[in-house]
Amino acid sequence: MSVHEAAAAQRPADPAVIVNGLRRAYGDRTVIQGLDLRIERGEFVALLGESGCGKTTLLRALAGLDPIQGGRIIVPKRPAVVFQEHRLLPWDSLWRNVALGLDGPDARARAAAALAEVGLGDRLDDWPRNLSGGQAQRVALARALVQQPQLLLLDEPFAALDALTRIRMHALVRELVATHRPGVLLVTHDVDEAIALADRILVMRGGRIAFAHRAHRDGLVARGDLLAELGVLAAHAPA
Amino acid sequence: MSNIDQTAGPIELAQATTDGHLNGADRRHAIGPATLQALSWLAPALLVVIWEALAQGGYLSPQVLPAPSKILRTAYKLTTQGTLLNDLGVSLLRATAGFAIGGAIGFVLGLLVGFSRLAEALIDRSIQMIRAIPFLAVLPLVIVWLGVGEAEKVFLVALGVTFPIYINTTLGIRQVDPKLIELARVQGLSPLALIRRIILPGALPSILTGVRYALATAWLALVVAETIGAQSGLGFLAMDAREFLRTDVIVLTIVIYALIGVLADLIARWLERRLLAWHPNYGAGR
Repeated sequence: MSVHEAAAAQRPADPAVIVNGLRRAYGDRTVIQGLDLRIERGEFVALLGESGCGKTTLLRALAGLDPIQGGRIIVPKRPAVVFQEHRLLPWDSLWRNVALGLDGPDARARAAAALAEVGLGDRLDDWPRNLSGGQAQRVALARALVQQPQLLLLDEPFAALDALTRIRMHALVRELVATHRPGVLLVTHDVDEAIALADRILVMRGGRIAFAHRAHRDGLVARGDLLAELGVLAAHAPA
Repeated sequence: MSNIDQTAGPIELAQATTDGHLNGADRRHAIGPATLQALSWLAPALLVVIWEALAQGGYLSPQVLPAPSKILRTAYKLTTQGTLLNDLGVSLLRATAGFAIGGAIGFVLGLLVGFSRLAEALIDRSIQMIRAIPFLAVLPLVIVWLGVGEAEKVFLVALGVTFPIYINTTLGIRQVDPKLIELARVQGLSPLALIRRIILPGALPSILTGVRYALATAWLALVVAETIGAQSGLGFLAMDAREFLRTDVIVLTIVIYALIGVLADLIARWLERRLLAWHPNYGAGR
């Protein structure tokens, strides 16, 4: 149907998400209508769009947090989610936060390994309140990845961070995704973040995917196209 | 300051006075926390010394307010020859039993109502109505029901304790951040794990506030219950002393009530510091 469907069909079939004809409404107000989406394992997809276009609604539907009113979603049993806020439990140490939802006697060891991966291996017994915003979000990433998810949903996880921390987080996320190879859906406002991270960039408008862009083209052209699609610039004007 | 340094003559005089002021302010700020802590204990101690002096000087009639030293002697005498320790034990037992029963009832009801909208619909309004009655107003009824024995006293304490624990437990559960409950779903927590890992720790600050309130009402209920028709306990000691105009014994029981109240509050605070070490408003660090 849309461009990205065709593109995805050329890849080996190992989907992390398949969405067909999704409809999501709050009462009478339809937010998502007839949306199709497919994300492969190991593929990093960024979802752009104006505020209120339904990006986060789509992510929450994929996470199983909200009911849907129509269509079909096929996702792994437990997708991992990193929210805009770190959502760490203030009464638990870092390793217990990361181990939240893990069973078994090796929970601490696995949590420790995940924390080491995000560069906080020496802070296992520290409290969340002693962390900076970037560190807290790294713990949230560790908590998501320790579950070894096939699908990782990122809901503007870097929006509240300062510019330098955000750049460091981008590098870390790229590295982690390359290691663990989940399918990733990143919801963001930030065109440059999408370009920096994603294999494929989708623009959502009017409750469906309006534009799909495969990365690794000339960044400048891509940026201009995306900004035009988002209604920020006239079409195909250089950024 | 540096601006003033560069100006000449007459203004330097003004600067000197400003400096003098600043030094005064510095000195005031220099009072350390340890000194303040000592002062906070020294002030009431001074009051006791003045009280003793007034009593020794004959300005206070022993019938009105006996000297602290006299009260201490009475305490010693009642401990060695009388039944003070026994009475104290009886009172503490009543308070503990009533607190345990009322606390358990309030906590369980609070859990039910906190977790279940159905339980809230069934229970909450009735509890709120009963709560609106000042619990000492039911005293005559309780005496009719249970007489003036142990059951009546424990019942009154339990009644006073139930509501603060109930309300704060419900409130605490309701106030747990819905975003953390959502996180529990994302992380695949079982309902039991959700309660244990997120809801109870999140509600704990509120529950402990309830415990502190409940300690105060428990104590109040006990004093009233023991003042009416007790055969033993601190309240009985005081009422018995009233018959013989033993002001020293009466003041002694008041002092003991006060000390135990302070002790209970210290225990509650210690619990908060221990259990809420993670909380920026309570914890003393890691």
